This record gives sequence, structure tokens and C-alpha cells, in this order.
Amino acid sequence: MKAFEYAAPSTEAEAIELMTERAGTVEILAGGTDLVGLMKQMLVNPDRVVNLMEIRSLREIEPTPSGGVSIGAAVSLEQILDSHYLDPYASLKQAINNISSMQLRCQGTLGGELCQRPQCWFFRGGHGLLGDDGRAVAQGDNRYHAVFANAGPAKFVNNSRLAPALIVRDARLRIVGPSPDAEQWVDLADFYRIPRHGEQRENVLRAGQFVSHIELPDPGSFQCATYEVRQGAGPEYPLTAAAARLNVQSGVVRDAKIVLGHVAPTPWRSEDAEHELIGKPLTAETIEAAGLAAIRLATPLSRNEYKVTLAQVSVERAVRMAAGLPPGGF
Amino acid sequence: MADIQYSWPDRDSSKVIGGRQIRLDGMAKSTGAAKYAYDINLKNMLVARALGSPHAHCTIKSIDSAQAEKVPGVVHVHVLDHAKPGREIRWQGELLVIVAAETEAAAMEGVSKLRVEYEPLEVFVDEFNLEAAKKAGRTSKDGGKVQLEKEPGDDEDEATFADKELERLFKQSAHVVEGFYGIDAITHCCLEPHGATVYWDNDQLIAYLSTQNVSGTDEGFANDLKIPADKIEVRCQYVGGGFGSKFAPDYWGTAAARIAKATGRPVKLMLSRDQEFKLGGNRPSAYLKVRLGADKDGVVTVWDSDHWSSPGADGPGVPQGVIPYVFAPKNYRRAVTKVTTNNGPARAWRAPNHPQGCAITQTAYDDMAARMGISSYDLFLKNLGTDDSPGVAGAKPSVYAAEMEIAARLIDWKAKWHPHGKGARRGDIVDGLGMSLHTWGGGGHESTCTVKIHPDGGVESFCGTQDIGSGTRTVCAMVLAETFGLGVDAIRINYGSSRFPVSGPSGGSTTVGGVSESHRRAGQEALAKICEMVAEKLGVPAAELIADDGRIKARGDAKKSVAWKEACAMLGMKPLEVTATFRPSRNKSPLSDTKVGGVQMAHVEVDTRTGLIRMRKFVAVQDMGLIINRRLAESQIYGAVIMGIAYSLFEQRISDPASGAFLNADMSKYNLCRLGDIGEIVVEMYEPESERSRGVIGLGEPPVIGPGAAISNAVCNALGFRVPVLPLTPQRVLEAIKNNAGRA
Amino acid sequence: MSRKRVVSATINGDLVEFLCEPRQTLLEVLRNVLELTGAKEGCSNGNCGACTVLMNGRPVVSCLVLAMEAEGAEIRTIEGVACGSHLDEVQQAFLQGAALQCGICTPGFIMQTEALLAENPQPSEDEIRFYLAGNLCRCTGYDKIVRAVQSAAAQRQQASHSTQATR
Repeated sequence: MKAFEYAAPSTEAEAIELMTERAGTVEILAGGTDLVGLMKQMLVNPDRVVNLMEIRSLREIEPTPSGGVSIGAAVSLEQILDSHYLDPYASLKQAINNISSMQLRCQGTLGGELCQRPQCWFFRGGHGLLGDDGRAVAQGDNRYHAVFANAGPAKFVNNSRLAPALIVRDARLRIVGPSPDAEQWVDLADFYRIPRHGEQRENVLRAGQFVSHIELPDPGSFQCATYEVRQGAGPEYPLTAAAARLNVQSGVVRDAKIVLGHVAPTPWRSEDAEHELIGKPLTAETIEAAGLAAIRLATPLSRNEYKVTLAQVSVERAVRMAAGLPPGGF
Repeated sequence: MADIQYSWPDRDSSKVIGGRQIRLDGMAKSTGAAKYAYDINLKNMLVARALGSPHAHCTIKSIDSAQAEKVPGVVHVHVLDHAKPGREIRWQGELLVIVAAETEAAAMEGVSKLRVEYEPLEVFVDEFNLEAAKKAGRTSKDGGKVQLEKEPGDDEDEATFADKELERLFKQSAHVVEGFYGIDAITHCCLEPHGATVYWDNDQLIAYLSTQNVSGTDEGFANDLKIPADKIEVRCQYVGGGFGSKFAPDYWGTAAARIAKATGRPVKLMLSRDQEFKLGGNRPSAYLKVRLGADKDGVVTVWDSDHWSSPGADGPGVPQGVIPYVFAPKNYRRAVTKVTTNNGPARAWRAPNHPQGCAITQTAYDDMAARMGISSYDLFLKNLGTDDSPGVAGAKPSVYAAEMEIAARLIDWKAKWHPHGKGARRGDIVDGLGMSLHTWGGGGHESTCTVKIHPDGGVESFCGTQDIGSGTRTVCAMVLAETFGLGVDAIRINYGSSRFPVSGPSGGSTTVGGVSESHRRAGQEALAKICEMVAEKLGVPAAELIADDGRIKARGDAKKSVAWKEACAMLGMKPLEVTATFRPSRNKSPLSDTKVGGVQMAHVEVDTRTGLIRMRKFVAVQDMGLIINRRLAESQIYGAVIMGIAYSLFEQRISDPASGAFLNADMSKYNLCRLGDIGEIVVEMYEPESERSRGVIGLGEPPVIGPGAAISNAVCNALGFRVPVLPLTPQRVLEAIKNNAGRA
Repeated sequence: MSRKRVVSATINGDLVEFLCEPRQTLLEVLRNVLELTGAKEGCSNGNCGACTVLMNGRPVVSCLVLAMEAEGAEIRTIEGVACGSHLDEVQQAFLQGAALQCGICTPGFIMQTEALLAENPQPSEDEIRFYLAGNLCRCTGYDKIVRAVQSAAAQRQQASHSTQATR
């Protein structure tokens, strides 16, 4: 690690001040399960690290007046599992339980999980996120890379395992900074972006800003589920994943939302799959059609065509699970 | 004194041997007190870190360490000889410059400030692609062998004759299978990386080395540092995994010694995790194209194969001798090509070459069963032959047959087997059974042991061996406890220093055989001397005395006995010291033997839509001669099986075809088994008297050989077609499903 | 805010103060400053669990915790599990059950098991496999580790029953 200054403020305002008071790069520490590793490899070399874990308001889970729940960005994943307020959001807990390392669940926070950097092995190997303007991935071994939205230099995948589950729930983020009282709300679905050049990050946060809270609306009468294709029982990232939200009345799908993970540089919403479901009876045929529709826009790279199949199966199985059916496979 | 007849007590009179003694190093390991090489912190010690080459193939143009030297805390910068300007670097991660500093952080920062100019060279890492390797000029012939029952006539050219004869044999075969099989390179991935903590005591070098070879690595340091070996002591009490990769001090070990000399301070240099992946060792890949023919009963009579294998940049590939594996068809031709790549050089990996040989050939035998529509069990059984006319080159056919029967019972083969691809479907899931056979030598290595018996009754031994996790300390103590009729706690075992009597490296399952030989021999000789003294006192011939239950007793006359302490007190003031050596020879030793066989069976489930595979059950039946410690022997088998599951389903070194970078040189991307991945494992020791009476045979390697073939065969049984290359990742399973569309 | 600072934490029951830089991890400080080398560095990125220690009762991979984050924390390492030479039930079960070979992963597995049993005294086999999934054993003792955890749980249950019975 390069030497850096460390600060652990106890309020949001102090944190913002620490992030903006001087030039140089600042990184936010919220659990450290990603950042500390990146700093050790000298892939991220901040001049200052601001630890959010001492800010009490960021470590709380609270019901909102509108019937939803607000989760502080520094709340650990285990804390979410333990919270009764989040019982109505069972699919979120299920997604957390897919992260098969108790240590990483205890240490990792929701904010950190959503802001983690991509696992792309060219990025992690020191070749840059958009290595050689995308050619490193295009010409190299891209078996774990994007099968959607991969025409530009960004061919990595967003590796958040909770974002799909939260986006189908219409989660919003509270972002604070860079001025002391600045606060804005952003839909999680709009939080991520595909960087076009090396200066851009994978989300909309600007210098001096950080995510303070994640808010879930009223759980409503939806049925939700997340399905991940995980090769093993360890903490490795899944090959693909999908989260589904259904509103089924009298056997007919009234509303649906489908978001895939690990298939594009951002969580990947599939409106095509949603269209196949909405207004249709929830039958095996409908589910199959949704899976097929989900991969209509797929543009696999040289070595990852199998991920298109996995994306299709992920959608089908997420929908099946949301509908209360067994996934059919592992 | 009469010549001593070395022997083991029989099954019924053994008090300690064959028992379940808890490992003696367990206390230190379970409390964190055990000190591994990288736990050794010495006063005033420098921590060293190294810069590895980012390129897989390049020439070094220049190295500038000026900025690194200015980093606060950096004390010494050492440029390795092979990294001097103009030198060629042939794999990614090869160490170039070592920075020693007051703290790890300073050393790392120093490394980051090194400026190296490289001239990149053409890279080749695609060992899977033989045609590309040929085009890149990276192939070479690597031996081969032809054996045919018929001999060519005097006027016939051997090669032409072989072509014609093989064609004739295939034509007369009732069944012919053609196939392609492979297994990727994997790494050793020791949790404790390679490295050492070293210091100089005047002109003496003391090296705490993470090693499988305490008695042999002092020479390694001596040769490289050009100093006499007697000026060097290598110490190693605990090793955090070796698996065949830790036999030498390695150039980074001697570099640490050089830096320690230059700075006059102790130095710790351990490889970082990615360096461990790239440099710490790997197992060669192997890919095989074969045609085999069988008679109407399924006995394979002709085998014609061409395989290629890559050890990376250096080292031997998988040789023809393990093709086909265990099975020995009467007619064969086996050609081998070596592919040289820009990956780190291979090192011995647990049971060198056998897992690959097994995985790429017993799969072909299984495909023959599938072709014939018969159970793999029946085909394997038919191909065993008989003890008088064996069809196998490993253990005796009767041993395999007996083990197959046991394994089949334990996995319920008869009830659960179904013809290939014809099992019941549960949702998207199908299941299947597969099996494999393996063999290994496992004869003891040369070992010398000094046993010292003190006048107060204390017993200790000195032996330059090591415990790589298999339980050497416990085994040595059990052997001496049995010999002297004492409890295991009464024995003190000293090992882990090159100053002790020489014992072989722990590789090839040779340690337990070697150290139990030297300890038993020294023990029996020491006991004979004690008995001679006691004989006079009791008026019983020494030959009639036995050591049992803490006493030296007259056989058959319990009244005539003296306590062990009392007997030892007869030594007077001077301890008794006896040194014995075991040297392996062609003559069978009464205490140990070589060559075992084992049978493994796997039951798997495959998700046909995602290509995911789950282990349901794995059965391992193993012969190992005389078992010293049942508990430790079981651990070896469980461990080997799980390692086998890992390389069958998860593990592979992934090299970037474009840059040659080792892309998954990181524990988060180099997938290994976790607790939830292994299913149920059943271990059964095969130990009838006929096997036990052979004496001790090593067990570390054999059970790691078979899982690849057994699991691949089970997956093939489930799907009805082969997923040709290990590991069986979802990607590969899905590609096989696609290639066999309509057959799943 | 600072570059170097004295951090005070309770480690294995003792209040400890150490001087560290922000860029030092808790693991580094434990091993190199405090001489507590029981926690091991296997992968250095949180995937092998060999460096697991308990921080305020929760298991963390200490290779990914900055030493400064330990300010005021209560930390338990493998060195704090046994009482003198008296092993606790988990250590005893690993020893009895031969759930260790080279031993390098053992401290991490034992600490993780301590965390599991504190949270769930009677875990099912599936729960054990799930809760210990963050720990790697290369040798590999997984099967015996599962048995050892089951046995430790049973021992601890029995011990607490007999304590209750004598009350």
C-alpha cells in the first residue's frame, strides 16, 4: 500500500469536509473487503482514506414513514440478515446468503457491496479497467466478461450481487456531498454507468460524494427472487445472476421486473423479458419465452457464448423461484 | 550379538502400530503456537519483497533502482543475476529485483518505485492448441513407444509394419473408440508460500525454510552460495503445504541469504500470493488423441495414441509410460509431443504424471464401455486379467478386483448404475456413476536415524526428516513406542534440521516408509543392547526378552521382568546411542514394500441447463500395506480425494492467449473446493493379512490419482457423452451439450 | 487524522497499545508487531480465511482490516482460545478428529467455528458447510473439519447441560 492519511469521522458533514478539503484522491472505506485489497495491489492509491464506519447514522436500519426501510451505507450484510425490518424483503436476504463467506458478510457493508470495483482480471492484473481501449478483453481470455452492452471499451461486468435484487425492488440511494448540506436521491437503476474513458468511474458519484443510505419502498405485494449460477460453494462470484419481481393475480402476471447481474458493465435490466411476462398467464411456456427474450440483445465476445445460455437460464429460474416454483436445477 | 531380525509385531500383538494415535503436532497447530518459516520474526530483521516481470516473454533493457533506494525504510536492493540487462525472461512473475526494508510496507513501496524497461517478445501460452503450437515452433517430440505382439519380418521397416499391424488389429477389433481427452495445468497453491527467513551467525547460515527437504536443501544453498554445506543449517518444523513444490531453497532463498550477508541482518523473503501462483510450481497439462480397439468381451487389445503435454517453459511433460494408465493392452503405440510455453516451469505435483495419465486414458476405457452399452465396472473388471496373466501394470489384478467389489458395495453401484445417458431426470438434473483404478510405488526413501536412550529412561530420536502435514512426528513416535513397549508420550522426536542424520525428501509417498524403517531398525538395535544387560540380571537369554507395557519381560514368564527405567539405569552414566540406516534396495525389506493399488468411484449430479456438477458421493478403497496410524492414513485419503475433486471440477491455470498473463493468479479467481463442494466421502482401507504383511508403503500420492477419471466418467454416465477436458467447468459442460445436441 | 498513530484495543482480554501506520493491516500488526503469528496470511484478499480473527465477536478476515479500524475494538485470536494448556472444545475436537494436516489453515477454521457456535450452538451439517465456506484448506481436511465442528458443538452442548444440571 502507498502511504495515506486516515480519518474516521463521526458525522456525515465531517466526512464530506474530509473528502473535499484538499486536493488529492480520497477513497471511502466502508468495510474494506474490496478497497483494502485494491490498495494492497496498488491498483487504487488514495492520498486519504475516510472511514464511514464511525458514523452512527450510516449504521442504522430504520423504517421510513412511507412504509419502506432505510439502510445505512455502512450497515454490514450480516446486520441486514439479522434485521426484522427487512423480513418482508426476503429476496434481499436470500441474495446476501449467496455470498458464501461469513467473514465477508460480517465485514462487508451494503454501501461497499454496491460500490465495489469490477473483478475483471485485466483490471485486477494491472492492465486498467478499459485495458488498451477494450482490446485486452476483446483479444484476450474474456470468459467471464460482458455479453451485453460490450461494444465500447468497457467489457467488464458489474459484480454487485445485491444490486439486481435491490433494483427490482426500486431501491433509491441517498448521495451526499460535495457541499456540506448537499443531498440527492438517485434510483439505484440509474446509479451505474458505463465508462467511456479512463477518467470515468462505473457509477455517477462525483469527487466529494458518497452513498449514505439505501432506501427500499414499501414491500408491496410483489414476489421476488434472485438466482445465481454459482460454480462452487465458496465466495467466488457467480457466472451470471438474475433477480425477478412479479405481481401475479389470478395466475396472470400483472407486472414484472427483471434485472441480470454479471452480464454487462452495469446491472442489466431486461425489458424484453418483462414484456414477455406482463399480461401472460404464468406458465412454463411464458417463463421459457422470457428467458429467450432476455438474451435477444446478447452480443457475446470470443470466449463467453456460454454466458448467454446461463443468462437465459438465470432469468427463467429467477422467475420460477419468484413464482414459488422450484428452480429446476441447482 | 546375533544379527537382528527386523520385523513388525503381528496384528494382534501390536499395541501402538495400527492405532489411532492423535497427532503430536496437533496441540501446537490448534493453538497457533506452531511456527512456520514465515512466522519466524527475528530481531532486527528486514522484510524483503520482489518485483516480478509483468511480461510473459521479454528482454530486460534496463533496471533503475535509484527511486526505490530513496524510499524511507528501504535498506537494500538486490538485482537478480538472471534479470541483468540483455537477459531473456520467459514467464510472467519471474522475480527480477528484491527490495529489503524495515517493514513490509516500505519494501512494497520500494518495489513500486523500481523502473524497469522491457523489450516485449512474442508470447505463446495456448498449450491446448497443438496446431498453433506447431505453427509457433513450440513443439518437440518427447519419446514414445510401440509394442506389438507380432514382430516385423527381417525385411520390413518397423514404422511401416506398425502402421499396417495396428490397422489389422483395429480391423479385427469388435469395437473401436476414437476420442480426445485432456486435463489443464494446475498449480500447487500452498497456503504458506515458498520462502525463508535467514540469518548469518558469523560464517554460518541458518535458514528457516518452508521445505519438504530438510536434509537436502543445505546442499542447495551451499552450491549456489559457494560455501561448504557444513556451514549451513536448514530448519523447518512446520510446512504450510508443499505437494511436491518445495524441494529446493530456490533462487529467492539464496538471494535472501545474500541480502542477509550484505546487510548483516536477518532477512525474511516469502513470495506474494500471485508470485506463489506464477513461480511456486504447477502440474503439466496433457491432451490426448486416441483410437482403441476391444474384442467382443470388451478387453482392449490395441491402443494407438498421440498426446501432447506442456510443463510450461521448462521441465518434463507427461511421459508415454503412463499411457494408458494402469491398463496394459497387448498392442500399443504411444507418441508424445512436448509443448513449450511462456508459463512458469512445472514442478513435481503429488503423484507426478499419474493423475493426468489416469484422467486422459481411463476415460477412453470408459467410452469403450459406453460404446458397447455395458457397465464400466464390467469392462474394467474384464481388462484386469488374472494374477497369472495380468492385464494391468499396477497392483495385482486380484487386489483391484477385491477393491472394486468393496467400492461397488459402498457406492451401491448395482442399484444406482444406469446405461450411459439413460438415467432418470429430476428437473434439469441427471446423475451418473464412474470409476477409476490407480497405482503408486510408495517405497521408503533412504533414512538414517539416531536413537538415544538416557539412563533415566528417556528416549529420543534424531532424524533429518520433516512433517509436511502427513504426520511424520507421530509416526516416528509410534514406531519407537511400539519398539520399546512405552507410551507415545514417552518418546521425544527431533527432526526438522539439516544437522540431524540424513533422511530423504518428503516426496513420492516415501517418508513414512523411510522413517519407520530407520526408526524401527535403530529402535530394535537399541532394544537388543538393553536386553543384553537385562538378560544377565534376570538370568534369561536376551533373545527371550521383550519390551512391553513399560517393562523388559521374559517371554512367557511375567514374574521375570524389570521396569524400563530400571533397565536403562544399567547404562550407568552414559546414554546409549544407536544409529541405523535404511537404504532401499532390490531385496525386499521385512519392514516395508512398494506398489499399491486403489479403486475409486464417484456419484455425481449434472444440471444440464447450467452445466453445474455436484458431488453426491465418492468412495475410495485403498491398499497401503501395514498401517502405522489409521487416523492419519484416513486423513491422507480424504485430503487426496478432495484435492482430486478440486482439479476435476474447479482448478485450472488460465493464461491469457494474447499477453501470456496468468489471469487467475489470485485466490478469488483460482477456484478450489469449499466445504460445501465435496459431497459424501467414504474411505475404506484394504488391509487383509496378505497386504499388511508386506510392511509399510507410502500413501500420500495414490488416492489423488483417480478422482479425475472417476468424476469425468460419472459425468459421462450422467450425460451420455464425454466432456473431454478437465476441469469440468460449466462452460465446458455446456459446450459439450451443444456439440452433442439431440443426445442429451 | 494522521499518518502514524497509537491504537488501543483489547486483544485476547488484554488492553494493548500499538503504534501503526494507516497502511498497515490488522493482520500485519498482529503478526509482526504483537508477535501473534497464529493468524496466517494465505491469500491476502479475504478469500482463504486463514487470517480470521474475531472483532467485537464477529469473524473478520484481518488481512482486509486496517489496523486503525481496531481502535477500541475487542479482538480475539487463536492465541486467546486455549486457557494455558487447556484446549477449548473446538480445538480439542479438531485435534481428536484429525481435522488438521499441515495446520496452516487451522487457526482460521477454529476462529470461524468459534464464531459459528457462538451464533448457532447446534448447527446442522449444511449450516456448518455454509458458515465455513469462507475458509480454505488445501490439504484438505474438509470432511474431518465438518465432523470436528459437529463434535465440538455436541461437547459444548453437553458441557452447558451439565453446568445447568449442577445449578
